[in-house]
Amino acid sequence: MSEELFEVEEGIPPNPVEEFLRMDRMPHIWCPGCGIGTTVNCFVRALDSSGLDLDKVAVVSGIGCTGRVAGYLRLDSFHTTHGRAIPFATGLKLANPELKVIVYSGDGDLTAIGGNHFIHAARRNVDMTVILLNNGIYGMTGGQVAPTTPISAIASTAPYGNFEENFNLPYMAESCGAVYVARWTSFHVRHVTKSIKEALAKKGFSFIEIVNPCPTLYSRRNKIGDGLDQMIYYRDNSEIRNGADTKTVGMDFQGKIVVGKFVDRERPTYDSAMMKYYQKKLGEDFVPSEEMRNSIHAEN
Amino acid sequence: MHADPIGVLTGPHFIDGDHACSEGAIAAGCRFVAGYPITPSTEVVERIAERFPRVGGVFIQMEDEIASSIAIQGAVWGGKKAMTVTSGPGFSLMMEHIGYAAMTETPCVFVDVQRAGPSTGLPTMPAQGDMMQARWGSHGDYGIIALSPNSPQECFDLTIKAFNLAEQYRVPVMMMMDECVGHMIERVIIPAAEDIKIVPRRFYEGPKEEYRPYEPERDLVPLMVKVGKGYRMHITGLTHDEQGYPNMSVNTQGKLVRRLVDKLKVNAERIIEFKEDKVEGADVVVLTYGISSRTAIPAIEQARKEGLKVGHLRLVTVWPFPERRIAELAGCIKSFVVPELNFGQIALEVERCAGGKASVHLVPHAGGTVHQPKEIYSAIRKSLKG
Ligand SMILES: Cc1ncc(C[n+]2csc(CCOP(=O)(O)OP(=O)(O)O)c2C)c(N)n1
Ligand code: SF4
Ligand SMILES: [Mg+2]
Repeated sequence: MSEELFEVEEGIPPNPVEEFLRMDRMPHIWCPGCGIGTTVNCFVRALDSSGLDLDKVAVVSGIGCTGRVAGYLRLDSFHTTHGRAIPFATGLKLANPELKVIVYSGDGDLTAIGGNHFIHAARRNVDMTVILLNNGIYGMTGGQVAPTTPISAIASTAPYGNFEENFNLPYMAESCGAVYVARWTSFHVRHVTKSIKEALAKKGFSFIEIVNPCPTLYSRRNKIGDGLDQMIYYRDNSEIRNGADTKTVGMDFQGKIVVGKFVDRERPTYDSAMMKYYQKKLGEDFVPSEEMRNSIHAEN
Repeated sequence: MHADPIGVLTGPHFIDGDHACSEGAIAAGCRFVAGYPITPSTEVVERIAERFPRVGGVFIQMEDEIASSIAIQGAVWGGKKAMTVTSGPGFSLMMEHIGYAAMTETPCVFVDVQRAGPSTGLPTMPAQGDMMQARWGSHGDYGIIALSPNSPQECFDLTIKAFNLAEQYRVPVMMMMDECVGHMIERVIIPAAEDIKIVPRRFYEGPKEEYRPYEPERDLVPLMVKVGKGYRMHITGLTHDEQGYPNMSVNTQGKLVRRLVDKLKVNAERIIEFKEDKVEGADVVVLTYGISSRTAIPAIEQARKEGLKVGHLRLVTVWPFPERRIAELAGCIKSFVVPELNFGQIALEVERCAGGKASVHLVPHAGGTVHQPKEIYSAIRKSLKG
């Protein structure tokens, strides 16, 4: 016998991101307070304002909580195997360079099991945007230690705390050849959106690390509060330093987080380098694929 | 549909099986190859690397076999026909992605030029030790197709067939070569492009809103679309419904996995190819595949000369296994002799299908070289005594 407390408005304006999502798959699997959804919101807004033809956009994820992103986007989307989103995306991109290919996955996925692919795709400068959500943990499997877990943080497989040095991902991406490198937290929604938009407009291997809370496994076990507490921590402890030397942006447990756009440079992409090289070496004998030819025409 | 003439080097050639395999792939319309060097398969990708820039193909040497075996699948969804090439250690690394191809029904070709294992084994010497791995190597239940060439000519012909079967049934197809066939140089005739039959990808062409990526056709195979055409599909290695969406129910799992297995079963008779020589009225049938079929011939001829009724059944398709034919023969003959460069992989299948009606005699070999015909000959003799 409930009494209505307020009048439900007819015709609530639809959520502007809905048309980009597979609403028939809602509700999603993410925990309350998890930042993954927030980043998806930023991604969709960036995509919306990017002017890209959405039919030509493909999202590739690996496995993990973040790896589920591909499945919620109303785009051509692939949920691949653990760690292998980047090589899948490489094949997809080279088969059809007209596509805009985005890899969206977790820290464990992209830098532990998939670390080898990450460094090689950056070295080759394969034209793709990699969005990596760093929650410092393996979320999906229950909070095990990751290559990104800060020293002393507790994880289910580091019950006394982690003593392994963690990766400084922007430094790694830059040294391997990424043309665009930025880091934000999921508190910085406007910066994240802007950064994704910039990365999408960039030719080559662009990389955005988004520091993101896992309240269920990381924060709870480390007794650092819930999702909201992590947002407050991000707000109070991050320092925007655009152009910072990536060597200096490593992260400690609950320490300062240097955020910003660190790298924005030009290098020939894998497919354009291939085209140019073969044109020079083989001349008339070089026959590029039809898609490759089209994509170069589109560029000119 | 027939082959695109740009890739077809019509005429006689004197090349090895690895090179013939590359030419077969090109003739079949393969335009994406990702690989990682490993003896004795490397010549396949070397030739591809040389030929591809001239025929509109993209070759990439990836950082490892794990990457290679998934890059090809990205390329397939991007619209290409694609393959990867390896040998034992690399084949072991590819297993997860054979399962991914089976689960997502991504048509692609895996070439395994077998060498002696386990582990690094004998890198430059032949074996047939990966036959069961090809069938069962990835976790879970699924079906694949595997072909076994016994000459450079067949490396060419069967690579084309492998691509055609992959497209027809949307499965990973394994070309199970071996070092001997891969490095053997023989005459290979490449036909005119218009005489090479090509199975094109089975694309869906109905209204976009109605596209369901995993709704099967009558032969249990669903139709594909290309990325970038506005279908906005979702593809996952998770158990999925016909829409392609993850679905964790026992029913969905049962329905999907049953179809993945059944699509090969119901089409098995159309897929299976074998060659028979004097099996009618035989007392003993030598069952071979790949290089062992050639070492068996002198043994069979010798035994026939001595009046024994020996038939020869050579498997061209190893998986799916010709269960029916073997059961049929088992009822008419006394024994099977199965020479293999392993310690009994296909022989066990023969035994299973023979169901006790004919005896099965394995001629085992650890690999490193091929059988001596006399080993096979003695097995033929012995099999008739028991
Ligand atoms: C080959 C393989 N090994 C292990 C797993 C189990 N597994 C699934 S997700 C995952 C870790 C995911 O961590 P991360 O990429 O950080 O994603 P998150 O869940 O934190 O978003 C692991 C180890 C797997 N699916 N496949
Ligand atoms: S387990 Fe952690 S990362 Fe995964 S959905 Fe929950 S909060 Fe997010
Ligand atoms: Mg993680």
